[in-house]
Amino acid sequence: MLILSRRKDESVIIDGRIEIAIVDIKGDQVKLGIKAPRDVKVFRNEVFQAIEAENKAAADAPVDLPALPVNHRTDSEKYD
Amino acid sequence: MIVDTKAYGSVEVDERQSITIPSGLYGFESLERFILMDARQRPFYWLQSLDVQEVAFVLIDPKLIRPDYDANIDSADFEALGLEDSNDEHFLQFSIVTIPEDRQGMTANLQGPIIINKESRLGRQCISQNDSWNVRHNILEEMAAGKDAC
Repeated sequence: MLILSRRKDESVIIDGRIEIAIVDIKGDQVKLGIKAPRDVKVFRNEVFQAIEAENKAAADAPVDLPALPVNHRTDSEKYD
Repeated sequence: MIVDTKAYGSVEVDERQSITIPSGLYGFESLERFILMDARQRPFYWLQSLDVQEVAFVLIDPKLIRPDYDANIDSADFEALGLEDSNDEHFLQFSIVTIPEDRQGMTANLQGPIIINKESRLGRQCISQNDSWNVRHNILEEMAAGKDAC
């Protein structure tokens, strides 16, 4: 991992198109400003990891699914 | 076409049930080709990988669990699929269901919905920008709470 020292209001540029700035520093909390093209997805790492872990847990689905107490109509298309 | 499914073995499905997810699902980035089919137990669906038979996800319409569901999806995600927004006539959304050994504890991931353009049959897993939604909403509890509210 590349480690750089930056002060408040300084930034780094990644790949010439993603700018990460140190907006504010208070105690052990650092506020980052991220400027990136729209196709670059930026998430808090814990959110990203939670979704990845949940996908993996979901992939272990049993094949006999439980019944649900449902009699709603939905907008989703029926795939038969 | 005949597809080997995790849930039902070899089944015949229509080509129009195939869905391509170019960037894959998080944690399964290499799997792009899927079949979307009704589960025999309504109202679930199966998203079955065409590349790895053992990989299949149970899906559900998130509005069945939370009628007020709005994932507040980034417009870049809609654009990537050629959709206007969540009112687009070709928009479909699903939540992935996790089913533990105790079925009462089954949960839906409302934070990472799968959205689909049903015309181009392209899909994508998004991350909701609405902090109300997390990866584990207990389905039976949410549905019971919704009924009480009616």
